[in-house]
Amino acid sequence: MSPKTLYDKIWDAHLVDQQDDGTCLLYIDRHLVHEVTSPQAFEGLRLSGRKVRAPEKTIAVPDHNVPTTLDRAKGIENEESRIQVEALDRNARDFGVHYYPVSDIRQGIVHIVGPEQGWTLPGMTVVCGDSHTATHGAFGALAHGIGTSEVEHVLATQTLIQKKSKNMKVEITGRLRPGVTAKDITLSVIGATGTAGGTGHVIEYCGQAIRDLSMEGRMTVCNMAIEGGARAGLIAPDETTFAYVKGRPHAPKGAQWEAAVNWWKTLKSDDGAHWDKVVTLKGEDIAPVVTWGTSPEDVLPITGTVPSPSDFKGGKVEAAQRALDYMGLTPGQKLTDIAIDTVFIGSCTNGRIEDLRAAAAILKGRKIKEGLRAMVVPGSGLVRAQAEEEGIAQIFIDAGFDWRLAGCSMCLAMNPDQLGEYERCASTSNRNFEGRQGYKGRTHLVSPAMAAAAAITGHLTDVREMMAETA
Amino acid sequence: MEKFEKITGIAAPMPLVNIDTDMIIPKVFLKTIKRSGLGVNLFDEMRYDRQGNEIPDFVLNKPQYREARILVAGDNFGCGSSREHAPWALADFGIKVIVSTSFADIFFNNCFKNGMLPVILPQDQVDLLMKDAEKGANARMTVDLQAQEITTSDGTVIPFEVDAFKKHCLLNGLDDIGLTLEKATAIDRFETMSAQSRPWV
Ligand code: SF4
Repeated sequence: MSPKTLYDKIWDAHLVDQQDDGTCLLYIDRHLVHEVTSPQAFEGLRLSGRKVRAPEKTIAVPDHNVPTTLDRAKGIENEESRIQVEALDRNARDFGVHYYPVSDIRQGIVHIVGPEQGWTLPGMTVVCGDSHTATHGAFGALAHGIGTSEVEHVLATQTLIQKKSKNMKVEITGRLRPGVTAKDITLSVIGATGTAGGTGHVIEYCGQAIRDLSMEGRMTVCNMAIEGGARAGLIAPDETTFAYVKGRPHAPKGAQWEAAVNWWKTLKSDDGAHWDKVVTLKGEDIAPVVTWGTSPEDVLPITGTVPSPSDFKGGKVEAAQRALDYMGLTPGQKLTDIAIDTVFIGSCTNGRIEDLRAAAAILKGRKIKEGLRAMVVPGSGLVRAQAEEEGIAQIFIDAGFDWRLAGCSMCLAMNPDQLGEYERCASTSNRNFEGRQGYKGRTHLVSPAMAAAAAITGHLTDVREMMAETA
Repeated sequence: MEKFEKITGIAAPMPLVNIDTDMIIPKVFLKTIKRSGLGVNLFDEMRYDRQGNEIPDFVLNKPQYREARILVAGDNFGCGSSREHAPWALADFGIKVIVSTSFADIFFNNCFKNGMLPVILPQDQVDLLMKDAEKGANARMTVDLQAQEITTSDGTVIPFEVDAFKKHCLLNGLDDIGLTLEKATAIDRFETMSAQSRPWV
């Protein structure tokens, strides 16, 4: 048998049918659903009199629209948002899928809830009407976003029509330096390959620096595979993965656990497997980074300066000029001189407990800059509860942060958590597109530790300097 | 789904690279539970000012491009989120074909599910079509899916590639779910088999 990549193996294990032209039908093990991209799909089922084929493999949770203020039990003020969440309530009930309503402590961002509850397991196929489904690839699951027509297709058939992508290997060798995190890895990869660098490929992240990451760090890396253009990112499962999964509510138990682990251990790319594209970065070379522009590829080390459009070629020249205008920045300006108004810590990229711990480690005993708005939104109700138990919530509150309930919040600003016009934000989310966090809002993507550092000084800051102070 | 065969229409030039789904349809319009009616909000933040007045410079606001059916765009069109609202908004506006050097995967797929055709061409050919589109309302292009050809306003013919199965579905207006349900026995068989080999799933 010819050597296979991890992607090849998962693909082969889920192949239901293959046409002569290479179009395949792939079986889907887990289907995650949220309120924004599903109403039209459920409506489609109703109109055609179809059922959900495998409701026991379908998990729904509202996250994008839900308010994150402490009084949210009062209900959702915005009528359209409320209708969308109510539609999910009704659809989950009518079609009998697993559901975590807003009132459930397990509610949170769909990509945080799935792994937390043990729904996401190695070797699975996982889809969701959401591009950051790539997150689940951290478990060695083939996970990617789909459109609403495909959501309906998966609901009705538990399969997806697919063509195989190419294999891309992203290796991060060596070890990370202090102050450098999973977020810096994933942004640096996008900086190196561009937002279209992974188009048509499934990325497997490997190398010592990836192995050394916790599961949560790995989720951060895979989460942004989509910003690099890849539909999915993968990391081969190992002992770190098994230890994370074991004992979760929907993880296998007893003899099934043994059988599962035995199979999971085979899920790695064989020596000599074919790669269509290979990118290698040295872990030691990665610095804490920030984005300066309006595309996630606009990445620079925090020690850098704002570039000039003439540093680029082709269509990117105009895009860079537009980005500078939008962001209100001048070429040559030091990144650490950029003053910010707001800090947002949260999202499916960086809303897990370790992210909050990393930010709290910097914030401990300090206060945020006067006049700055700072918000922390845990990725799930359980993350929130744990942070309260560990005393992290109190550190945030003492520092001057607003301590919120779980949801997507200012990551995409569909609920009232938004940036005002020209408001500048250091954000742990994943997209700095124009208007993403609010009309004319300006986003700089950073790691949780960097966000905390910026909150204290009121400008983009090299977190390593603060770590030296603490040490 | 509506069949797609051949389209003759005005092409609008949008040379910007990395046009993302937040630009195509900002999230405030994702709160709908319907598929239709998104066309007026296509490119909303680029197209209207805060008071809702049209920004005259924006290409689709210019008189010659208001009826555009084809978009010629910069690299990596449709990057960002999986929102199918992006192709819904384009289609509702009347755009049926988008030409670029590259597309984000999910957006690319979503187009076909909505009877739209994304065409990938090399840079020099996109440049040529961009120039043709810049001529305005006199520049009517024809996109012929059956023949896999784009004909510019001056008669230049540019062939393009398209996945055979996707072409077949577009030409015949076929619904994916219906096609897949014809394979229900294969799905049953797979489920029985995997219940044995991976009972924990
Ligand atoms: S947190 Fe942000 S990126 Fe993640 S699912 Fe929610 S909106 Fe999407």
